[in-house]
Amino acid sequence: MVWERRSLLGLEELSKDEIELILETAKSMKDVLARPIKKVPTLQGKLVVNLFYEPSTRTSSSFSLAAKRLSADSMGLSVKKSSVVKGESLLDTAKTLQALGADAVVIRHGIPGAAKLLAEEINIPVLNAGDGVHEHPTQALLDMYTIMEKRDKIAGQKIAIVGDIKHSRVARSNIWGLNKLGAEVRVIAPKTLLPVEVERLGVEVYTDLEEGVKDVDVINLLRIQRERQDKGFFPTIREYVKFYGLRKEHLELARDNVTLMHPGPINRGIEISAELADSNQAVIEEQVTNGVAVRMALLYLLIRGGSKDEKAIT
Amino acid sequence: MKKLLLKGGEVVKPAESKRKQADLLIIDGEIAEIGVDLEVADAKVVDVEGKIISPGLIDIHVHLREPGFGHKETIKTGTEAAAKGGFTAVAAMPNTDPVIDNQSLVKSVLAKAKQEAAVDVYQIGAITKGSQGKELAEIGLMYEEGVVAISDDGNSVMNAELMRLALKYAQDFDLTVISHCEDDNLAGDGVVNEGYYSTITGLNPIPASAEEVMVARDILLAEELGTKVHIAHISTAGAVELVRQAKSRGVDVSCEAAPHHFALTDELITSFDTNTKVNPPLRSAADVAAIKEGLADGTIDIIATDHAPHTIEEKRVEYDYAPFGISGIETALGVVLTELVEPGILSLEDALAKLTINPAQRLNLTGGNLAVGAKANLTVIDLEQEWVVEPQEFISKGKNTPFAQTELRGKAALTIVNGEVVYRD
Repeated sequence: MVWERRSLLGLEELSKDEIELILETAKSMKDVLARPIKKVPTLQGKLVVNLFYEPSTRTSSSFSLAAKRLSADSMGLSVKKSSVVKGESLLDTAKTLQALGADAVVIRHGIPGAAKLLAEEINIPVLNAGDGVHEHPTQALLDMYTIMEKRDKIAGQKIAIVGDIKHSRVARSNIWGLNKLGAEVRVIAPKTLLPVEVERLGVEVYTDLEEGVKDVDVINLLRIQRERQDKGFFPTIREYVKFYGLRKEHLELARDNVTLMHPGPINRGIEISAELADSNQAVIEEQVTNGVAVRMALLYLLIRGGSKDEKAIT
Repeated sequence: MKKLLLKGGEVVKPAESKRKQADLLIIDGEIAEIGVDLEVADAKVVDVEGKIISPGLIDIHVHLREPGFGHKETIKTGTEAAAKGGFTAVAAMPNTDPVIDNQSLVKSVLAKAKQEAAVDVYQIGAITKGSQGKELAEIGLMYEEGVVAISDDGNSVMNAELMRLALKYAQDFDLTVISHCEDDNLAGDGVVNEGYYSTITGLNPIPASAEEVMVARDILLAEELGTKVHIAHISTAGAVELVRQAKSRGVDVSCEAAPHHFALTDELITSFDTNTKVNPPLRSAADVAAIKEGLADGTIDIIATDHAPHTIEEKRVEYDYAPFGISGIETALGVVLTELVEPGILSLEDALAKLTINPAQRLNLTGGNLAVGAKANLTVIDLEQEWVVEPQEFISKGKNTPFAQTELRGKAALTIVNGEVVYRD
């Protein structure tokens, strides 16, 4: 398997083999992160630019760290939302990036398709770090990597994604990726937080948390945005917590050693009880570490291209 | 005397569902004679052998963008584009800057059209001042100045009471109210049709109900008041069914469909190409099938383009930031012939009726039929010509089309306005 894509825009377009190559490469990167000196010279002299139109300390830091661990230079290009509205277009910014000599661009943007628009305009790799409600492929890949690590395999695992599926790029990318690798995916949410025809993505749909978590191997909880309450997607946070907040009693319905995941940052006591967030079954911090490994793997594959070359990362 | 003889064509009279081999003679801008093997010694003869001679096509829903948005289109470029598309008359929507909502603006825009337009231009006035949906525009005074209908197109009249009053008031002038049916709350920040493709792209959805509740409302208002109403750019199966039922009850409701709503589905949005962004949005395959059915059974009376030109710079941005609209006047006839006539959904006569006599009758316009003594607005159509849509070849300033590179069959060969050839392929 040789990596041939210039950019990573989403998991919908990836094949099973491509996803497996990324996950394998991430394993090598994780080995690097376990060493006393957590840095390799693989991408020395390369420049990775973070172009974040939405604030995200976590994802942006994770990408920066991934670049630095590979000895690439990382810089952020701050983009004020107001200047976008005034007409400083994404495509003008793209030209700036080329002129800066960037070797890859990591883009986070509030509008679906923005990463694709950028990729069509420039001839360097574009990494989608979240485009609106469309996709967040690196989050899904790190989730999949974590599942692989915790459960040994993805095929056949029963995985529940709970929460605001309608507005979640994480859910969409997870569904595409997990299905390609043979997992059984279910989504659990009130009807107001489910996008229409979601079942056509190949998921089982539950509106009842207790029914939904029955016999599952993994529960992935999505962050609930308080602003959704203002728009009437649910009446109050209190009511949401009552029906969709994961608590200890729910775990008795799932598999004994169920793995609890969350893309962070968590709202303690809302989508997950504090007790569960701190339990052994929660792997939330490991997801953060795996995120760096997965992003290192992607920077490596996209900038270096070709197959996984063991020598290059030792 | 200026004489023009079209020889060897097939004359179509959509009003009578007739089609026969005949020559047509124009003298001084009027149709002088229609008959077999006409010989006129001093006439200029145009060979239209094997082609269709149709009444000039009429598009009752275009955005010419003047005044205010001349970078997108002008009366000149928009009407030249119309001529190329086979249209001899267009009705311009009032959502310009300023909005055409008073007598003097109607006067000035019609005067400009008289100077610069390549085809006949009718003006539609706003229903409410500034199309803000707050208070009625001076409908009567605009009528006196020549508006042929009123519409707040681009915006919905959300206040049902105000819409009710507009319908009542317009009745005194026999003006048709053209309703842009979209519930603002249901449509929200939506940019695409709600369905599987909005789910996978994550683009904000507009549910079918956003259109349908307003279609239902306006039908009920027209029914209650005994007035007429015309539904612009109908796009959902549910809306077509509402109109069908209303017509069967005898409500004086008519509606129009745009070519992109019977030729394209929302699957196209997966490209994130902003040329697919239009309002109402491209709908599902089931909706497209329902539009075709509505055209076939007569529920949908009129085909109108909703020609909405924008610049490349405006469209080449993130999907949410791009304006809604498709530049459609140069592709409409080809799409109608390819998507409706060729597969047998509509006969040629019925398709042309929806582009000629039906819109003319609905808005009380002259034209739409071929009769001796009538003004010579004609479209000669080559049904056989195969062509590929190349936006760069559009006369319209708006190159924004989702039909780029589409292969079409059938096209205007000759467009004649007032006896003058305004376009020749």
